[in-house]
Amino acid sequence: MPQVSMTVNGQAVSGEVEGRTLLVDFLRETLRLTGTHVGCDTSQCGACVVHLDGESVKACSVFALAAEGGQVTTIEGMASPDGSLSVLQQAFQDHHGLQCGFCTPGMIMSASDLLQKNPSPSEHEVREWLEGNLCRCTGYHNIVKAILAAAARMRGEPDPDFGGAIAAE
Amino acid sequence: MAKDFTVGEGVKRREDVRFLTGRGNYTDDINRPNQLTCVFLRSPVAHGKITKLDIAAAAAAAGVVRIFTGDDIAAAGLGSVPCGWEITQTNGEKMVEPAHPILAHGKVRHVGDPIAAVLATSRDAAKDAIEKIDLEIEELPAVIDMKKALTQASTVHDEAADNVCFDWDFGDKAATDAAFANAAHVTTLELVNNRMVPNAMEPRAAIGEYEPTTEQHTLYTTSQNPHVIRLLMGAFVLSIPEHKLRVVAPDVGGGFGSKIFHYAEEAFVTWAAKQVGRPVKWTCERSESFISDAHGRDHVTTAELALDADGKFLGLRVDTLANMGAYLSTFAPAVPTYLHATLLAGQYTTPAIHARIRAMFTNTVWVDAYRGAGRPEATFLLERIVDKAARELKMDPAELRRKNFIPKDAFPYDTPVALTYDTGDYEATLAQGLAMADYANFETRRAESARRGKLRGIGLSCYIEACGIAPSALVGALGARAGLYEAATVRVNPTGSVSVFTGSHSHGQGHETTFAQVVAERLGIDQSAIEIIHGDTDRVPFGMGTYGSRSLAVGGSAIVKAVDKVIDKGKKIAAHLLEASADDIVFEDGQFKVAGTDKAKAFAEVSLAAYVPHQYPIEELEPGLEENAFYDPKNFTYPAGTHICEVEVDPDTGVVDVLGFWASDDFGNVVNPMIVEGQVHGGVVQGLGQAFIENCAYDENGQLPSGSYMDYAMPRADQFPRFSVETSPGSTPCTHNPLGVKGCGEAGAIGSPPALVNAVVDALKDYGVEHLDMPLTPRRVWSAIVAAKPAEAATQAASAPAAAPSASASPSGTGGLLSRLFGGKKN
Amino acid sequence: MYDFSYAKPGSLSEATAAMAAEGAQALSGGQTLTPTMKQRLAQPTTLVDLTGVAELRGISVADGVVEIKGATRHAEVAGSAEVQAAIPALADLAGRIGDPQVRNRGTIGGSVANNDPSACYPAAVLAMGATIMTSTRALSADAFFTGMYETALDEGEIVTGVKFPVPDAASWQKFVQPASRFSLVGVFLAKYGSDVRVGVTGASEGGVFRHQGLEQALSGSFDPSAVDGVAVSASGMIADLHGTPEYRAHLIKVMTKRAVQALK
Repeated sequence: MPQVSMTVNGQAVSGEVEGRTLLVDFLRETLRLTGTHVGCDTSQCGACVVHLDGESVKACSVFALAAEGGQVTTIEGMASPDGSLSVLQQAFQDHHGLQCGFCTPGMIMSASDLLQKNPSPSEHEVREWLEGNLCRCTGYHNIVKAILAAAARMRGEPDPDFGGAIAAE
Repeated sequence: MAKDFTVGEGVKRREDVRFLTGRGNYTDDINRPNQLTCVFLRSPVAHGKITKLDIAAAAAAAGVVRIFTGDDIAAAGLGSVPCGWEITQTNGEKMVEPAHPILAHGKVRHVGDPIAAVLATSRDAAKDAIEKIDLEIEELPAVIDMKKALTQASTVHDEAADNVCFDWDFGDKAATDAAFANAAHVTTLELVNNRMVPNAMEPRAAIGEYEPTTEQHTLYTTSQNPHVIRLLMGAFVLSIPEHKLRVVAPDVGGGFGSKIFHYAEEAFVTWAAKQVGRPVKWTCERSESFISDAHGRDHVTTAELALDADGKFLGLRVDTLANMGAYLSTFAPAVPTYLHATLLAGQYTTPAIHARIRAMFTNTVWVDAYRGAGRPEATFLLERIVDKAARELKMDPAELRRKNFIPKDAFPYDTPVALTYDTGDYEATLAQGLAMADYANFETRRAESARRGKLRGIGLSCYIEACGIAPSALVGALGARAGLYEAATVRVNPTGSVSVFTGSHSHGQGHETTFAQVVAERLGIDQSAIEIIHGDTDRVPFGMGTYGSRSLAVGGSAIVKAVDKVIDKGKKIAAHLLEASADDIVFEDGQFKVAGTDKAKAFAEVSLAAYVPHQYPIEELEPGLEENAFYDPKNFTYPAGTHICEVEVDPDTGVVDVLGFWASDDFGNVVNPMIVEGQVHGGVVQGLGQAFIENCAYDENGQLPSGSYMDYAMPRADQFPRFSVETSPGSTPCTHNPLGVKGCGEAGAIGSPPALVNAVVDALKDYGVEHLDMPLTPRRVWSAIVAAKPAEAATQAASAPAAAPSASASPSGTGGLLSRLFGGKKN
Repeated sequence: MYDFSYAKPGSLSEATAAMAAEGAQALSGGQTLTPTMKQRLAQPTTLVDLTGVAELRGISVADGVVEIKGATRHAEVAGSAEVQAAIPALADLAGRIGDPQVRNRGTIGGSVANNDPSACYPAAVLAMGATIMTSTRALSADAFFTGMYETALDEGEIVTGVKFPVPDAASWQKFVQPASRFSLVGVFLAKYGSDVRVGVTGASEGGVFRHQGLEQALSGSFDPSAVDGVAVSASGMIADLHGTPEYRAHLIKVMTKRAVQALK
């Protein structure tokens, strides 16, 4: 069987795969990084979004062998080494941007790609960017709110007024 | 110890950290040593006889360990997948209840019916082998359309010659007929409540495991109610007693009803693990879930509303065909009956209501509870027909509703469909909704849209639900084969920390946070000292699970009951420690105090004394501080609200653009407003998804063209505006549970569909469009515009009021809920 | 999916050699091919991943022609300042294919070679009379697309790039299929002098096509009202859950009109 090597969350990893092994299966089954989820089989839901060489991709639509030599970041690599949440993760908690948590890793990985490309997205741009991420719980309202808040915090600004309750400290 | 938060605050969710860091533990994240992967061969046709099923070549394929078919299941004598609710028909006979085999035997009845199960060392190996199974099916005519099914020669089950599962009626037919005879105006509406695919983002999964030395079975499964699965599967399918069966529902990625039910795959992997001596894991693929998860809704209804000359509702008549699909799912018969017909009064004083419900078998996936379950169907038909009546009578839809509201001083209020609403204030809620939506200035906005060539519309929906199911004696009398209480155990550990074991199951609702808020408030201790444990039958003593917006109202009440028992026992221990009478001990702010003195013992001191009973009233009191409680509700809870939707329709394309959505809701007391708002947002998008996006359509052959995300449109972020969600100023705490809470999980999905459809019909008012069936896809809206009559059609006067109406009968009976449900009903 | 062997050549010649194998299939972004293979609807014996071929990546604009190499990703086209300046409608099209993650992987070569009847790029390729460059030849757009999922490509032939003659003006109007995010109907209108070309995707059972009637009417009078007089037949249009043939025919006119309005 072919061997594949890549860097995942800063660590060099390798393993045996078949040609047909998808990146998401390599992450989940070989590396046991189960934070990356599989929510569909037609590349619509975005629960499997990871970063490959700095860009968000759907790990269900990339073969493991195509990521040979690549830099992969998964949800497990998003918090600080001391375990504290990133600005984006923290904004999701503060604005209740998740409920069941299943779509959440893909949302975080997708949104972080947006914010590195566009530090000041409009609400409309956030909503359009999330075209490839489905959520069945939140109605997207608080996800959009959280992403806009994270963008503001990264710019050193207060959370924009979006109405509604936010988490008490 | 100072409390770090209280009930009523938007406390951050403690469960979020694990989900935000990829450390959730969903069923598919679990791998058991030496496990096999199970893949099912599913029927490619809707209806047919299996004439050949040769597994020899597949069994010899690489990686395959074992293949099972329906013959194996029959030979093992396994039970049918059970139905948990039995309906007694109008003629006194029981509903038709055909067997639902774990694997199809002889006949397939829907696309997706499992025929064989391949157990292999990998999913790919199993799938490679499935292609080697030699299957031949002699196709039979598919029963798909419910109206045709009544007279179709083909039958889904031999037991039901006309494909009717039950024919059931409810309410006072004679009084309703009399109301119509006296009506000044009758509004009639035929409508479809479209079928939905629940689509929790986590696909279902199940792992079965067996330990031969102890004869212990374990099932890990994506369930909203692990104890119910243990009961149904253990007792009815596999004959495994509870003490030998553990069901674990770990983190579950959304349910929306679809993970209430006991599914054949769960029973199969549990059974198969013992047969092959290895753990067996099945993970549903999304396209597979479209043909194997219970669907929702799917009613075809004719409704008639009788009004007097002033617009007062006199009577409502409903005739519904409700799709059951190919087999009866766990709660399916309850949905169109006791969760639907009982809600037909809505927020109104309609004195006479009659409903006939025929449940139909079809060659489709079964239909069962989906977020709201029966109540959205009732609300949709009611809020649509009320809106149509207003249009016909040239009345403002808000005014017609207001005129018919149950006044706030009329509670408790007995409806003619057997419910007793405990409390409500519908006028205050409507008024807030209208103010939020700036309803008064809508016509200005409509004119502005018109200048851009767009058609603007606004729609109202005033919904009511019955949540917190339910008094067990009541539902038992109505056919439920289980009680519907909830259980809780509160274990105070020696040093004063608290472990709460709840039978509710959180799959997005945030119980770990909300329940901790409730307990912290009640015990006056820090939330960090409280752990909420759920989802494992070996850890949690018992439970009925989470559905029907019941967790806080029923599960939370059970926790409160257990906490209060702990406090009572603590008072006795404290009395001993403080050398006072237990009657003189009060519990305040986490301290047991002797009333009127400064003598006190902290909560943790008392708990330590309970476990280190050196100085302890050992002759009167057992050591330890742990209490169980079962809470059985006295009544349903009745959340209610006004939802308003504003849309713009592009007449060139039929595209509906949702411009605004406003919700004013009365959920009684609110423990965590942040979580409550989130529940409403999610519910609203599910309801709006049903109303204008999601289209689960079978073709005449029983194939499902919308069987994947390539064709089944899921709501996306860019299709919605910001929502405005407020608590009604007329909120009324529930009168009969200790928290005064009503439940919020389903409201959004109940209130929103009619609001959107009413808005689109309003937008198309000059086209004479009186009704559109959901989903209001661009193609459907455009077709209606094209087919529309000239504008005159819209302005045709409704029939002029005729004779003065007779005095309407006032709702009768104030007896208990149970006797009222039986009144005029021969169940 | 069925297993296969995976090859990642580093040059076009290596890629061409790998494609010569029986059952070989080119893999570019894989955003359509991978889901298709998951459904076991394709069974290549070898996948030849073209994304490692440097010659197949890049965008250049010169002499009134925009050339996009075959393995260039949609996001690169959408974000290219050169494309935005030369043919903003093309950047707009690329920026609205699928979703951000699809655009981070999917490529123009994969899109035109697959010729999905609802894919976006073929409409632009056809409307601008682009030239499809392959490992062996250059093909005109009119000759390239031969039917639903059908192209003039031979076995083993690789799309190496697409050359778009820069129009005087162009507009992309996409009416999105709500589930897949492909085009339910997409109209790419390009104007060269008074000549107008209208490429339509998503609508026809025959795949992407040019609408002669609309082109003639708009070449005669470039005004939205010119669209009104054109009959767009529903015959041969796709019927599915999302649109009847009549609806699609209607949308072609609406989208074309909007394209004209956008350029007025």
